[in-house]
Amino acid sequence: MSQLVKRPETLPKIQPSEVRRLEPVRAHTVTFEGPGETLHLESGQTLNPVTVTYETYGRLNEQRDNAVLVCHALSGDAHAAGYYGLEKDEKPGWWDTLIGPGKSLDTDKYFVICSNFLGGCKGTTGPSSIDPATGKPFGLDFPFYTVKDMVQLQRRLLKYLGIPRLLAVIGGSLGGMQALQWAISFPEMVRGAIPIATTARLSPQAIAFNEVGRQAIMSDPAWNDGNYPLDAQPERGLRLARMIGHITYLSEQSMLRKFSRRYINGKGRSFCLTKDFQVESYLHHQGSSFVRRFDANTYLYITRAMDYFDLEAAYGRLSTAFSGCRCPFLVISFTTDWLFPSEQSRELVQALRRVGLDVSYCNIESDQGHDAFLLPGHRMGDVVAGFLDRLTRMASS
Amino acid sequence: MKAQYVLPHQVDWSRSLPRDRALDPSIVNLVPHRAKVLDLGCGNGDLLLRLKAERGVDERGVELEPSAVAECLSRGLSVIQADLEESLLDLREESFDVVVLNQVLLATARPLQLLTEALRVGRRVLVSFPNFAYWRIRSQILFRGRMPVTLTLPYLWYETPNIRSASVKDFRALCEIKQWDVHTELFVNLDRLERPRPITLWPNLRASLALFALERKTR
Repeated sequence: MSQLVKRPETLPKIQPSEVRRLEPVRAHTVTFEGPGETLHLESGQTLNPVTVTYETYGRLNEQRDNAVLVCHALSGDAHAAGYYGLEKDEKPGWWDTLIGPGKSLDTDKYFVICSNFLGGCKGTTGPSSIDPATGKPFGLDFPFYTVKDMVQLQRRLLKYLGIPRLLAVIGGSLGGMQALQWAISFPEMVRGAIPIATTARLSPQAIAFNEVGRQAIMSDPAWNDGNYPLDAQPERGLRLARMIGHITYLSEQSMLRKFSRRYINGKGRSFCLTKDFQVESYLHHQGSSFVRRFDANTYLYITRAMDYFDLEAAYGRLSTAFSGCRCPFLVISFTTDWLFPSEQSRELVQALRRVGLDVSYCNIESDQGHDAFLLPGHRMGDVVAGFLDRLTRMASS
Repeated sequence: MKAQYVLPHQVDWSRSLPRDRALDPSIVNLVPHRAKVLDLGCGNGDLLLRLKAERGVDERGVELEPSAVAECLSRGLSVIQADLEESLLDLREESFDVVVLNQVLLATARPLQLLTEALRVGRRVLVSFPNFAYWRIRSQILFRGRMPVTLTLPYLWYETPNIRSASVKDFRALCEIKQWDVHTELFVNLDRLERPRPITLWPNLRASLALFALERKTR
């Protein structure tokens, strides 16, 4: 019988004591306005001025070729990593597990940029911004925008930052759609694309969930056809929309593991219709905290932008969509993601390979469902780090 | 919806590591510098890494085992997680200079189809497998009446990932029927220290591993 042979070592693992923190981070804003700065949207409408909020981590090198653009998902924002250092119990940015010195998106090596997307509600011009024409929030007067439009605005931001070419563009879910669109819209600017837990087009099932969320908002009397004061949101509707959405981000397994059928009071049935199970309390908590940080009209628009994302329809065939791309791709899916199932990622991989592109693909085992890309505890970080390393080596050779 | 590809059962791949790595130097020798290489069933990427370092190849791998794929990717290799046979369907004719099937052919459902497809997408196909007519295997069956367990076939019958067996003679016969061009044949035996020793005389009886380099017919 053979002896066990020692496996060659993989990338060195970082010991917790070695992990250094990012310096306190700061959000920046830039406004594009005036002649020549008008943003022409796919809907045919225009925006001018447009303000963008963004954060950066690490340093841009002299060759200006170490920039990595991070695209956030529906409820994310520009605060991707680190702390502002203003509050004691402050939570770090949404992808702090991945971005920082010595982490997968190593800020000692890469200059990481994350901007709040077009139409967002956290510093970038969107439905909750004040319309300069009326002095009131845009509300439903805000033009419809698409994933392509978001990428267009990010492109402007990069130009403003003096970045001619990205080492990589990375994002999960809606962020993954942006990563795909980047490689299609600006192939000369992207050295590598990392679409995670995403799809080339939203499934009817996902559109259906989005519609239920929108209906929840629009049926709240406080919504008032989108004309609500910013301090009096249609809270009930928005909370309900988030609760529905959140169910689709989890998986049966993760819910079973987290909550089982446990009761809130720890004993058993209390014969009431209000929160009785722990899973209910969790959803209510998620809904309430979302209401405090997200705008209802923005939710309507952004889910619509996701619904409209369909590369196959936009370019005739999926492989045609990618035929102008030049960069290597790393596609990542998660085994228990039922909102953006791995089958959709495999379709992506297939189309990318058909046009002869350099594609890597990994269906990572996780019980955390769609949200897995935001959570630690699996190998996504290593995989991303390996890919970035490869891109860097390819760029230098 | 297509089937989720899963391996039949958990296989302890580390057990066949000495065998799987034994022919690496010979494979490297058969790969031209800066060639475009596809390694089907690339495991944790050891061979691809070596080919990259020693031959500067443009590498692609295909592997089904999720943890092995993750390891490949974290080592900076270009690998996709997919079923071998299906992964070839997306590729155009002669997309690769070399296609490697290192110790995987016997574990596939349709080896003939896989070989045919490999010869479609690659100019050269390197195939290696354990020789079932090796004398130790013969004697285990003959004298012990048991399914053989050897250094190159290190699994018991109920846990083996192999669903086929083939001998050197079998493979040669197949090449003849299919009229494949055999560019190189290479046979080795592993010594006690698991080092490969070349075998030239009576390979069907004396070699425990075989490596064939097939070439696409130029029309």
